[in-house]
Amino acid sequence: MPAMTITEKILAKAAGKTVVTPGENIWIKVDTLMTHDVCGPPTFQIWQKEFGENAAIWDREKVVMFPDHYIFTEDPHANRNVRILREFARDRQLPNYYDVQSERYKGVCHIALAEEGYNLPGTVLIGTDSHSCTSGAFGLFSTGVGNTDAAFILGTGTIWEKVPASMRFTFEGESPPYVTAKDMILQILGDIGTDGATYRAMEFDGSAVQALSMDERMTLTNMAIEAGGMNGIIAADEKTEAYVKARSNAPYELFRSDGDARYRASYRYDVAAMEPLVAKPHSPDNRDTVRAVRGTPLTKAYIGSCTGGKLSDFRMAASILINQKVSVPTFVVPGSTGVARLLELETYKGIVLREILEDAGCVIARSSCAACLGGPADTIGRSVDQDVVISTTNRNFPGRMGSKKSEVYLASALTVAASAVNGHITDPRDFM
Amino acid sequence: MDQKITGRAYVLGANIDTDQIIPAEHLVYSLSDPEESRNYGRFALSGVPPALAGLPEGHIPFTEGDRWRSSFNIIVAGNNFGCGSSREHAPFALQKAGVRAVIAPSYARIFYRNAVDGGFVIPYESEEDLSDLIATGDQLELDTAANRLYNSTQGKSHALRPLGDVGPIIAAGGLFAYARQQGMIAT
Ligand code: SF4
Repeated sequence: MPAMTITEKILAKAAGKTVVTPGENIWIKVDTLMTHDVCGPPTFQIWQKEFGENAAIWDREKVVMFPDHYIFTEDPHANRNVRILREFARDRQLPNYYDVQSERYKGVCHIALAEEGYNLPGTVLIGTDSHSCTSGAFGLFSTGVGNTDAAFILGTGTIWEKVPASMRFTFEGESPPYVTAKDMILQILGDIGTDGATYRAMEFDGSAVQALSMDERMTLTNMAIEAGGMNGIIAADEKTEAYVKARSNAPYELFRSDGDARYRASYRYDVAAMEPLVAKPHSPDNRDTVRAVRGTPLTKAYIGSCTGGKLSDFRMAASILINQKVSVPTFVVPGSTGVARLLELETYKGIVLREILEDAGCVIARSSCAACLGGPADTIGRSVDQDVVISTTNRNFPGRMGSKKSEVYLASALTVAASAVNGHITDPRDFM
Repeated sequence: MDQKITGRAYVLGANIDTDQIIPAEHLVYSLSDPEESRNYGRFALSGVPPALAGLPEGHIPFTEGDRWRSSFNIIVAGNNFGCGSSREHAPFALQKAGVRAVIAPSYARIFYRNAVDGGFVIPYESEEDLSDLIATGDQLELDTAANRLYNSTQGKSHALRPLGDVGPIIAAGGLFAYARQQGMIAT
């Protein structure tokens, strides 16, 4: 058998083949289809139109729906989308729906997928969201598609994919406390650009990746799409298995790349030599060191989203914000209700995280995508006019967080917290 | 798929992301309601910063004032067109505005898939970056059989890459039509 990468092995299995080669178009079986309030309604509409009013969904257990994008708003169109999701789940008896008006409400889909045990190693997860690549942190193939592809899956459980060539990103060395997964992925983005991995699998490995928590691994795979990557992937290990087993009884399969598997390109980094980074406006690959832009005046800070709204991010923020005050409006948006709950339980130096963040003057919002994608005009934390924002989110294209005139810097939660205190971009090492 | 597509060019730079193609605040409109979905045509490309809208001069609105459709129907752009989110609303918005084809040296994967599988617009890859060689308003003729683009305003012709594997899906008019042709789903 020819040597294969982890991505190739999972795709081969899903295609019912023993071998697949990059560039080949294959039809694969899907294990999980995820959708949300923005893309769910048009997906259902296409599905109904194409398969008929009374068509059956391929597998009701395998469809997972999280309202998360436009949640706490008065916008009538946005609320209609959530209603459509709710009615569809009810009418089609879909068990895996997490309604916003219920105890089950979760928040941002990519974090919720992990927390609810849907990220099963070795499986194929397709989502109607570009950051579906996040789930690859659990050693599975995951990628984003549009509504037509999702409607096709809803009816058939299958989809075509072009097998991607893999790129390998190896991180070795001992990570200093001020270097986070966000800095690691911004480093890569600066090196390869926003189209550096188009139609490629991005595989992350090395001792410094294994040392990361599952939260932090998800930050790496989350931003694979910012390089144009088809999927991001990290082979599952004991940490992954422990996380998954605590949340699911479903079977899974472990794959890893063969030692002599072929990569389109390989990059090696020594994390010990790295330092805090930002992506400057208006592109995630516009990398610079925090040192080089320190002092840039800010009008807002934002800690949230599927990239930077996990428990690990708020732990980092709290470690800086303890006994400090923010000097610009600072928004804290827990990625999920699960994360929000942990903010009340987890402590830093004996103080509950939520208290640290509140005492520092942060505004704590309810879990959702919130201003990560701008959203309706009444969205909390949305950028206005010529705001200059530092944010733990993943995109800073013009207008992404609201105002087209605003400027967004992307950084780790450490850097965002330190900058929020000073009101200008600040190296977190000044507080450590 | 028509063999010849003719129309006026609208030229954009590189890395046109889906927030520029259709800003997130407009994603709330229904895609199926014929009246409401016209908004997608109206707001298509409204997220492009004005100075970069309609190169080389810029400041050329894609859809004018409160109209629902654009007078431009072929987009010529730089690298990595359609990067960013997975919103199918992006190629849909272009189609609603009257766009038939996009021509760029490279595309983000999800935009490309959506354009093809939804049968919205034809994403043609050009051999070279044509965004500095073609001006907004130039009269173009796209020959899908010959994989060539003629610019009748400038009297120039440019090579396009063959559509390859996705050609049959585009020719069928999208993923569902293709799957029916192939007997993969019931007609
Ligand atoms: S938090 Fe932001 S990037 Fe993540 S799913 Fe929501 S809108 Fe997309």
